[in-house]
Amino acid sequence: MAEELTEQTRLGDVYVAGLMRAQLRLSASVLLVAALLLGAVPLALAIWPELRLLRVGPIPVLWLVLGLAVYPAAVIGARYYTRASENLEATFVDVIDKT
Amino acid sequence: MTQPLSLAAIVAVCVATLAIGSYGLRISRATSDFYVAGRQVTPWRNASAISGEYLSAASFLGVAGLVYSRGIDMLWFPIGYTMGYLVLLVLIAAPLRRSGAYTLADFAELRLESRRIRGLCSALVVGIGWFYLIPQLQGAGIALRQVTGWPTWVGGTVVSVVVALAVSAGGMRSITLVQAMQYWVKVTAISLPAFILLAVWRADPAAPSLDPATLWVSAGTGPGSGLYATYSTLLALCLGTMGLPHVLVRFYTNPDGRDARRTTVVVLGLLGMFYLFPPVYAALGRAYASRLPEGARTDGIVLLAPHLLLDGTSANLLSALLAGGAFAAFLSTASGLAMSVAGILDQDVARRLLPRFAGEDLPDRLGIRLATVVGLAVPLVVTWLLAPVGLASTVGLAFAVAASTFAPLLALGVWWPRLTTAGATAGLIVGSVTASLAAGATLLGFTSDDSWLALLLAQPAAWSAPLAFVVTIAVSLLTPGAIPPHTRATMARLHTPESLLT
Repeated sequence: MAEELTEQTRLGDVYVAGLMRAQLRLSASVLLVAALLLGAVPLALAIWPELRLLRVGPIPVLWLVLGLAVYPAAVIGARYYTRASENLEATFVDVIDKT
Repeated sequence: MTQPLSLAAIVAVCVATLAIGSYGLRISRATSDFYVAGRQVTPWRNASAISGEYLSAASFLGVAGLVYSRGIDMLWFPIGYTMGYLVLLVLIAAPLRRSGAYTLADFAELRLESRRIRGLCSALVVGIGWFYLIPQLQGAGIALRQVTGWPTWVGGTVVSVVVALAVSAGGMRSITLVQAMQYWVKVTAISLPAFILLAVWRADPAAPSLDPATLWVSAGTGPGSGLYATYSTLLALCLGTMGLPHVLVRFYTNPDGRDARRTTVVVLGLLGMFYLFPPVYAALGRAYASRLPEGARTDGIVLLAPHLLLDGTSANLLSALLAGGAFAAFLSTASGLAMSVAGILDQDVARRLLPRFAGEDLPDRLGIRLATVVGLAVPLVVTWLLAPVGLASTVGLAFAVAASTFAPLLALGVWWPRLTTAGATAGLIVGSVTASLAAGATLLGFTSDDSWLALLLAQPAAWSAPLAFVVTIAVSLLTPGAIPPHTRATMARLHTPESLLT
């Protein structure tokens, strides 16, 4: 079966195309969520400039978000993607092994 | 003006780099070793090496300089530098590793089955590499001048010479070791003084407020903070990261696609940890010196900050640590870039030309050594001639060129089976011409006014990257006969887990 994947048989093509579609859907949704979350911040600041003055105690929220929170958020997103992507591959390997 | 401690730290970092480089000479024998460290590097070490190589002058000095001069909106720069790896992770990390390519040119040739597109990519890699080397050498000049008062050309020359020696002596294995070490040197060098300076600030009864609302009264205006500029910068950094020549080479040293993904997750964590600190210097700098002393540049604020809060030996010690870290940043990024540029000059130019002039019987590494010297000499001469524009801005333009050329090639190459050689070539040409013309006009100072045209040229990515994608797709759809014959097999290889293929 493994050879069919690389040697361009009809069946191999169908399986790989399915895996690629699933992976692309996953990648696109992670990118979309990241772009919406990140892209919303400059837009919100442009519409409501007073957001810049928002604070938690003495520290402006904007510093906490842009200087701190984005980084762990990015790691969490990356870990979610990596696990989901490995799961898709594991399922694919199972299907191929059974065939 | 000269600070002997800082100078000693810089010398120590240079000597350590050279020592590890020559140690690498003894352990790297075969040519494949020389290029990619025999492909046996674990995710953590590889992630340290990737981060060590990636954190450049723009990160160590430039981010703080930008935030110091223009305020909180400049935090989009470090965010973009980091998010670039998220985009790289979800779009190309595993497939690229599975392709077995170790340079962008290799990937293009393998996916599109064309020697011509390989040549085009090689030329682009050299161009982007040189473009990115310029701010590294400028940064070295600024840092060395700050601690010694020497003219700015000295720092760039020192970095070029050290990198040339280290790279031509050791190759990639030593570089992986050096880069991994450099990350931890840099993160220590930027975090420790930040903690100490914050403690000094807290203990100071007359401490000025660190409230950004009072520090940056003008924040929210200026050319860098408009909505278009923010989005364009973010797009350039997010897409550009995957197209930087020294970034992709490192992914080849992962054992397989799964490890390539895991490495990237660690990279995101390591970069995020580093970027917590540059804004500290910007805020402290602003609070203690709203105006810089005569002759100082905003890009030097990190090195200046200790002297604003402390006197005498303690300030000199912290400043020395920061200067050593900054030099680690210049050396690591510059050696990664020099390695990529030299690899291409060696493979695609020297190996064809040298035998013609000097006969077949050449010493083993003459080609790569010559290529390293040429690869560093060109950007060095440019820094002597050009007035610096600002480290993070210059780096931003290099990202914009990468985002408009290699990002479409890689993303569409990995995910779109209908990509044709003609489409990819057209996209590369349109993207590189538009982005580099815009970058060139900005660097040469043609766009100093506040007009829309100047803004579009200073921040080209928002239009040039989508344009390159559209041209690539449109030309591919118009030339369906030119789909490379083995596209399906190649795509299968890029996306199939390795465990099925062994």
